[in-house]
Amino acid sequence: MSVDTLPQSSIPITSPLRPRFGFLTSTPIIAAATVLLTLIVVVSILAPLIAPHDPIQLAPSQRLKPSSAQFLLGTDAYGRDLLSRVIYGGRISLLIGIGAAILSIAIGLAIGLVSGFFKLVDSILMRVMDGLMAMPSILLAIAVVSLSGASLWTVLIAITIPEIPRVARLVRSVVLSAREEPYVEAAISVGSSLPKIMLRHLMPNTIAPLIVQGTYVCASAILTEAILSFLGAGISPETPTWGNIMAEGRQYFQIKPSLIFWPGLLLSIAILSINLIGDAARDALDPRMKQREAK
Amino acid sequence: MLGYLVRRVLAAVPVMGVVALFVFLLLRLTPGDPAAILAGDNATPERLERIRTSLGLNEPLIVQFVTWVNKLLHGDLGTSLISNLPVMKMIGQRVEPSISIALSTIILAVIVAVPLGVIAAWKHGTWIDRFVMGLSVLGFSVPVFVVGYVLIQVFAIELRWVPVQGFRSIFNGFGPFFERIILPTCALSFIYIALIARMTRAAMLDVLGEDYVRTARAKGINEVAVMMRHALRNAAVPVITVIGTGFALLISGVVVTESVFNIPGIGRLTVDAVLARDYPVIQAMILLTSFIYVVVNLLIDVAYTLLDPRIRY
Repeated sequence: MSVDTLPQSSIPITSPLRPRFGFLTSTPIIAAATVLLTLIVVVSILAPLIAPHDPIQLAPSQRLKPSSAQFLLGTDAYGRDLLSRVIYGGRISLLIGIGAAILSIAIGLAIGLVSGFFKLVDSILMRVMDGLMAMPSILLAIAVVSLSGASLWTVLIAITIPEIPRVARLVRSVVLSAREEPYVEAAISVGSSLPKIMLRHLMPNTIAPLIVQGTYVCASAILTEAILSFLGAGISPETPTWGNIMAEGRQYFQIKPSLIFWPGLLLSIAILSINLIGDAARDALDPRMKQREAK
Repeated sequence: MLGYLVRRVLAAVPVMGVVALFVFLLLRLTPGDPAAILAGDNATPERLERIRTSLGLNEPLIVQFVTWVNKLLHGDLGTSLISNLPVMKMIGQRVEPSISIALSTIILAVIVAVPLGVIAAWKHGTWIDRFVMGLSVLGFSVPVFVVGYVLIQVFAIELRWVPVQGFRSIFNGFGPFFERIILPTCALSFIYIALIARMTRAAMLDVLGEDYVRTARAKGINEVAVMMRHALRNAAVPVITVIGTGFALLISGVVVTESVFNIPGIGRLTVDAVLARDYPVIQAMILLTSFIYVVVNLLIDVAYTLLDPRIRY
């Protein structure tokens, strides 16, 4: 029977290497999340073109102005345009989110592949991962930032470290089950080199779960960055980030709550959209993960 | 059983060892002179020297580590670089508000989340199920400080039902304690409710497919009894596990919540320590919270054997 005479299956055939993106519009809510997130990404990238004012320029005479035609959302305590700052604020969040997802997946993948294959290294690496997981991520990130100063890089590293164990464990569990498969045994028995077995035969199995995990890491990293900035342990206060805008707004909260609500709203929408897309991706790419509802 | 207990306790030792090594090396391996990092840019040579002696930075690394761990094991978490008080004492003075928030959050979250999860699983696939799951995604996504400020705006500023911020000890009367702790508890429990409801639903769905549930239904037992007596009891193990693993999340949340509601707990202590670069305090907080996390999860593992007679070691 040739391939094209096969009866149409209701189950979509997805190769782990060619993820389908149809899930992005699978339900109205997911579609809305996709649109909102795309909007936030585009606005962040084009921030210099879109923002009506300079987000950093101080204008003491314009302090805490209410909404007006000139300043759509009003101004902050230093006379800076809130709308422009919120528009620019998305840049750092997205950068940190994507950066942390890529970094933690790269490192976690390496750790997971090695530990899934070598028993001795595995027991050591997994104890290290257990230790990292025992530390509350915010405290861990705070400690790293307080020692090495708050630059974009240190904040990114500080946020990435606590995310690594979950990725490593996920990859390890995939490798442990995949290495029992006949095709891996076959590869070993014909004398394939170890790097080839890992990269050609084991790694493709991890791609679908990692895409899903990547979205969760991204959402969680954006949240952690905002918390660090909010607590005053993040990127320097003059840089507009959603967390920083809220941290500055705290003092003036009773006079002008919008200083907290606008960045908070965008932050929530961004994280919510990424989480929803992650859930949809999980259902579409990796039906097995549907069982493990709790991440 | 005793053998299992011993093995389980011993397994927790390397985890704490990794945590200790991590916070130890973090300070020592950060590029630059650790004393200078902690003292800031315009520190006097005397202050630098005092920090070096206080942390034993002049000794070889391995000697430093052994002395430090030895002190830890004797309950000495070090001395603050700013106030010169023992860190243990500083934490002791500030621990009550944090414990109050953490406990009330766990209680509220369990009371709300477990029924939500049970109902979602019971009405699996209906709008109730989708509503609960939607609520759960929302709980994971909206940061605790955003929830906190919305609650303050609505209930403290607009409606004036409760004070805006602050904390009163429960020992000075329940009323003032309750009206100040209710908002932080609600804000913090949002994410915890999301986590527990999701897990309860998943565990219940697993159990509801079991033969004994079908048997119970076939016997004509009413649905509530099936849910409570047959299903929920057996779904309890994963639910309790997630309460334990969610503990790290809870601690992170307490730190943020205390800043939002201006509560003088150990979270505020940590944030103040970060701003002042008081590393011994930060280090002690990581060690302490990790230790509590490890102990809580240890207790939960042991509790399984009591909850679930099928688990025997």
